[in-house]
This record gives sequence, C-alpha cells and structure tokens, in this order.
Amino acid sequence: MKNNTLLLLGDEAVAQGALDAGISGFYAYPGTPSTEIMEYALNSQQAAEGNVHRMWSANEKTAVEAALGMSYAGKRTMAMMKHVGLNVAADAFVNSALTGANGGLIVTVADDPSMHSSQNEQDSRFFGKFAMIPMLEPSNQQEAYEMCFSAFELSERHETPVLLRLTTRIAHSRAGITRREPLPQHGITLPQDKRQFVLLPAIARKRYKVLLSRQEAFEQEALDSPFNRYFDGDDKRLGIIACGIAYNYVMENYQDSGCPHPLLKLSQYPVPRKLIERLVGECDRILVVEDGMPVVEEMLRGLLDRDLRVQGRISGELPRDGELNPALLRKALGFEAQPGGTVPDGIVPRPPALCAGCSHIDSMNAINEAVRDVYGDGHVFSDIGCYTLGALPPYNSINSCVDMGASITMAKGAADAGLYPSAAIIGDSTFTHSGMTALLDAVVENTNMLVCILDNSTTAMTGGQDSHAHGRLVQICEGLGVHPEHIRTLRPTPKTHDEFVEIIKEELAYEGVSVIIPQRECVQTKTRRTKLAKQGAQ
Amino acid sequence: MRLDIILAGVGGQGILSIATVLGYAALESRLQLKQAEVHGMSQRGGEVQSHLRISDRPIYSDLIPAGSADMILSVEPMESLRYLPFLSPEGWLVTNTTPFRNIDNYPELDHVIGEVKQVPHHVAIDADAIAREHNNARGMNMVMVGAASLFLPLELERLKEGIGYIFARKGKDVVERNLATLEAGRSFAEEYRAAAR
Ligand SMILES: Cc1ncc(C[n+]2csc(CCOP(=O)(O)OP(=O)(O)O)c2C)c(N)n1
Ligand code: SF4
Repeated sequence: MKNNTLLLLGDEAVAQGALDAGISGFYAYPGTPSTEIMEYALNSQQAAEGNVHRMWSANEKTAVEAALGMSYAGKRTMAMMKHVGLNVAADAFVNSALTGANGGLIVTVADDPSMHSSQNEQDSRFFGKFAMIPMLEPSNQQEAYEMCFSAFELSERHETPVLLRLTTRIAHSRAGITRREPLPQHGITLPQDKRQFVLLPAIARKRYKVLLSRQEAFEQEALDSPFNRYFDGDDKRLGIIACGIAYNYVMENYQDSGCPHPLLKLSQYPVPRKLIERLVGECDRILVVEDGMPVVEEMLRGLLDRDLRVQGRISGELPRDGELNPALLRKALGFEAQPGGTVPDGIVPRPPALCAGCSHIDSMNAINEAVRDVYGDGHVFSDIGCYTLGALPPYNSINSCVDMGASITMAKGAADAGLYPSAAIIGDSTFTHSGMTALLDAVVENTNMLVCILDNSTTAMTGGQDSHAHGRLVQICEGLGVHPEHIRTLRPTPKTHDEFVEIIKEELAYEGVSVIIPQRECVQTKTRRTKLAKQGAQ
Repeated sequence: MRLDIILAGVGGQGILSIATVLGYAALESRLQLKQAEVHGMSQRGGEVQSHLRISDRPIYSDLIPAGSADMILSVEPMESLRYLPFLSPEGWLVTNTTPFRNIDNYPELDHVIGEVKQVPHHVAIDADAIAREHNNARGMNMVMVGAASLFLPLELERLKEGIGYIFARKGKDVVERNLATLEAGRSFAEEYRAAAR
C-alpha cells in the first residue's frame, strides 16, 4: 500500500485525523459504534511517541470534562462516545458552549440509527443545535479524517467546542484514507480571560451573549465550508438536500448518469440558509435525506407544516425510523426497485446470546432460583451490558434495561414503593460508570434491597475494555457505606450454584442494602489474554 | 470493474479474515474498496454480515443496494439465505454447508441446503470437512475464499499474497497450509461447476 494511504474504519479515520492534527488527549467511555476511536489511539505508535493522553474515562461526563480541562490548558483534545453517552455528558457539553474552548475541542458522537447496538436512535444534531455550536457530519471516511483538522481550526478560531457526528455506517465501514502531513501538538497556554470558565450567573449571562453573537459567524463558516457543496442540475422539478452519509445513498443511484437535480450536500452546521434559499428558490419540490431523525426536514417544514413541497421522513417518502440505505433512496427518487431474491421460509433470526461458559449464566440461574422461583417474575431490575441478554430465553431473568446505572435506582424506587424483594443486577463497568451514586442514595436510607454487581473484570459488551472497577469493588462499596457484613463475594460457576442461591436468600432476609459480587473473568477476555501471553512467551 | 460481495456468518466465525484477504487483493490491484462491518452486540453469536465493495471507480454507498450483489459468500448455510434479497439475479451464492447451531429452532438442514440449491448460480461446499482433510481445522474461511475465487475478477496470485500477508506472523507453515486449503476450495468449486453443467 502506498505509504500515506491507510485502510481505516470511519472511527479509526477520526483517531488518525485527530493525531495528525496535533491532538494531545483523547477521553472516552466505550460505546458502540464509537469504541474503535479510542482503541485505535490506544494501539497507535504515533500516539505513544507523542505521549498523547489516551485512557478510558469512568463515563462520558468525566470524559467531556477532562477534555474541557485540556482545552482550557490550550491543547487540542477530543471526547468520544456513543449517542446516549451524550445524554450523560449533556451538562458538561451544553455548558462548554458557554465557557467556550481554548485549545481545539471536539466532541465526537456516534449515532446508531436502526439501533443495531443501542436502546434508542436519538440524533445528536439536536444536541448540537441545542448547545448552539458548530457541527460536522462526514459523508465518508476521508471526510471524517479531514474534518478533524477543520474542526480543531474552527474550534480555535471561534473559541468554541465543535460536535463531530458519525453514524454506525461510517464508523464501522473501512475505506482508503490519504493522510496529510502531521501537525505538532500545542504547548500550554491558558485562556486570556481567566473568568471565562467561571459560569457564575453574572458571567454566564455575558458568556451566553457571546455565544449568541457568534451564531452568525458559525453560519458563515458553514456557508464557506468545503464540506457543504451545491451541485447544480438541469431538472429542477426536484431539489435534494443530502446530510452527511445520506449523500452517498443518493449518489449511489446516480453513479453512472450523475445527479440531474440540484443537490445540496450538507455536512457542516448550523444550516447555511443562503444555500437552502437557493435550492428552495429554484426547485419545485425538495427531498431532505438524513440518516437519523428528520432534523433538517423539520426545520424547513416549520411548526405549521404548510409547505408541502418539503419531503422526507416526516412526509413518508422515506421511512420515519431506521437507517437509510440505497434501496430506500431508489424508491424515494422514483426508480423501480431492483429485482432480488426473497428470504425462504424457515429462516429464523439468530439473536446474540451469552457465550458458553459465561459467568453471567451462573448469576442468572442463581437469581432465578432465589428470586423468580420464590417470589414470582417482576423483581429484578437490570442494566446495560452482556448480562442484559439475561432478558431472553432461556433465562428470562430481568425486568428492566433503561440507561446505565438505572438498575440500582429503579430497584430503590420500587423498594420505596414497597416492592419486596427488590433486586438490581449491574455490571462492574456500568457500576463505576453511574451506579456508585445510585448505591449511595440507597445506603443513605438503608433501603431494603439487593444489588448484584457482576464483576467479570471488563467492559465486555463493547469488546472487553479495561474496567475502572477492577479490583476496587469491595472497597468502593465499603467506602459508600454498605455494611461490610453485607458485601458478599463468590466465584460463580455451575458448581457454586447452591452456595450462590443460599447467599442471595440470606441477603434477602437482611433488611437493608446488601451487595453480592460474583467475580469471574469474561471468557472472551480471558481467552484473548491467554493467547497474547502465549505469543509473548514464544 | 465493480464487485459487490456480501460476507455472511455467525458472530465469532471470523468472516472478517475473508474480508481482509479479498481487500488486500483488491488494494494490491489498485482498486478502491469499502467494507461495512458489524461490530457490537451481534458479535455475541448473532447473525453478522459484511458488505465488501470493490471498484475501479469511486464507491459511494458503504452498503450494497438490494438486488445487486455479485456474490453472497457465507460460512454458514442458513446465514447464506438470509441475504438473498441482496443477490442480483446473475449473482453467485457460495456457501459452507456445515451448520452452526447455537439456537434451538435451527431449521432442518435438508431444507436449508435444498433452498441453497434453488439458487441458479450456487456452490455448496463442506468447507469444514475440506479444511480438516488438509490438516487445517481452522482453515474453513480460506476454503471459502478458494471456492469463491473462481467467480471473482481478482487474480489468484493476489489472493495468495493476501493469505501470506495475514498469516505471516504465524509462520511459514501456517501460510503454506492455508494456501493449500485455498487451492482445495478452488478445486472443489471447479468440479462443482463442471458437474452442474
Ligand atoms: C451512556 C452509555 N454509555 C455507553 C453505553 C455502551 N455500553 C453498553 S453496555 C456497556 C458496558 C457494559 O460493561 P459491564 O457493565 O461491565 O457489563 P459486561 O458487558 O461486562 O457484562 C457499555 C459501555 C451505553 N449503552 N450507554
Ligand atoms: S463476552 Fe464475556 S461477558 Fe459477554 S457473554 Fe461472552 S463471556 Fe459473557
């Protein structure tokens, strides 16, 4: 392969772009489809040589805050997360729009339309608009790479954080990337205005006016952006606005002929109104194509929605939910469907499942016997991780999975309501992400509930990243005030099943907060570790 | 030249090693490439697919449009059928016949293979058995590359280099064994095609 060309996932292109643009620190909590950005940085020789900070954070909020701190110190930095992670980080994110940035600050968020690995399909562009900051949305992997340079420059030119929005299909698709000459990292320079980051009401009011006054400049940037392009076309019966990756799905249908319609490729926000005006002015009908929610379509239609010339997901030309693909565009653009086969009868879905030998299986079996079989279904709140698969047959063990940390807090609320028993199942990484404060709430009231922290020494669901909880869980629970006698550990295996059931029963009998910590490493990470150790020994 | 391949299998079966070999061959032939992969939840034993697009012109969509794949290359028979809506009427279905049964309601294998044989252009190959015969129990994926190679506009030599590239770290022996496995898959497909004519 040519020296400066690399075959990279969109996620990896972002990491490489940030490295080449002189980043000094990556901060992230794992989450599909964003995880590979940090993983690439962790494995990068270039990052190691440049002493670039690259470590997982406890959660997305701590990641954004740490990145903001690095920006404060004048260096380029990035926080990365999946879309729902931005909910967790929202306080830091939205307020960072007011403080502004010093060193270039990019918040990279990967959305997951169609919920391939997520609990919703929220569109991060709403957050960008809400925080009133510039946003970039690549249409391909090369743009993802280039945008890191542009976003850092934009961030420093206007002293603002910048949102970089990816979707699953860009994040997890590989393409050739042509690299640029790497830039050096910045040195430390503190912000000139030492009060800029002090959001006391009096200062915050001023900062908000600053943010408001920058909106025009942000829009001008989008107007001048090389990522936004207006392609003219002769057939003005239709004009197309294609946001981010949606541009590819449109062009897939015109690759031989070229697009006959005026087309606005939109990859930088706020939406540049002049370009929209031109398109609306010269076309009879507008099709808005966006992978995610109909953010731009809704803006154009407005509240009263009288302009029936605007079409897209709301009007039904495209489906209201789910990921886009070339075939959906083919239909929306008025072409006949391509003939293809059908799936024969009897082909059944193959849902993901817990691996053979997984310690979570033993936990599910014990909890079923001690709770469900005694008190009936409906007493077990759970969380997000591999163990969420305990919701499926043959286990049918859990009754909730809402957001990270919610198992403990929901179990508390239900216990407050009088539900007995009320149990929570949470993974080790999820516990340190946002279960600790939840447990503190329970400890303060000595709520009558049981918490099982499934310690498999890793963040397994997202591919086995190191867990902050590793080796610290008992101490953390003690520190939070759980009575040491009611912090129970064991090694969950089929052989210890009876012991496990007994422990649960004992702790259910205790009126107060009990924590049981089954500890056995994830089969996958263990196999990988053993393999690596063998290779090392050779 | 434009080549669209759907790679199919079950999470953990390693379809990405196939993508790596084909991708290597494509890049060495100075072709462009896009390869959409499945990461995340489905990797836990669920259905996984990868869209591999190779072309001498710029490639737009990361996803292959329905009805236009030149090939479905599957390491598991039931999984090969799941993606039939993507196969073009002239396209090839090349599938391993060894089932991966990690679900209770796996259909009758005869029914599955029967459906595979309904596809006008297909090769059904027991890649696991062939890999074992060649003392390369984990070489099933390379048998599949060999079988597919017969129908792909990629030079065999480039594919062999690709195998050399991905197995280099494991030593010469492993490379040789996988090359033999590749040849075996290709020979099988040649005979299969001849018999079908
Ligand atoms: C706010 C948020 N961040 C990240 C994720 C992605 N995610 C889902 S499960 C999980 C980690 C699970 O780790 P752990 O709790 O240790 O359970 P395990 O998978 O190891 O069983 C992560 C990071 C998410 N769903 N929501
Ligand atoms: S990856 Fe690890 S934690 Fe997840 S199901 Fe497999 S063994 Fe269990």
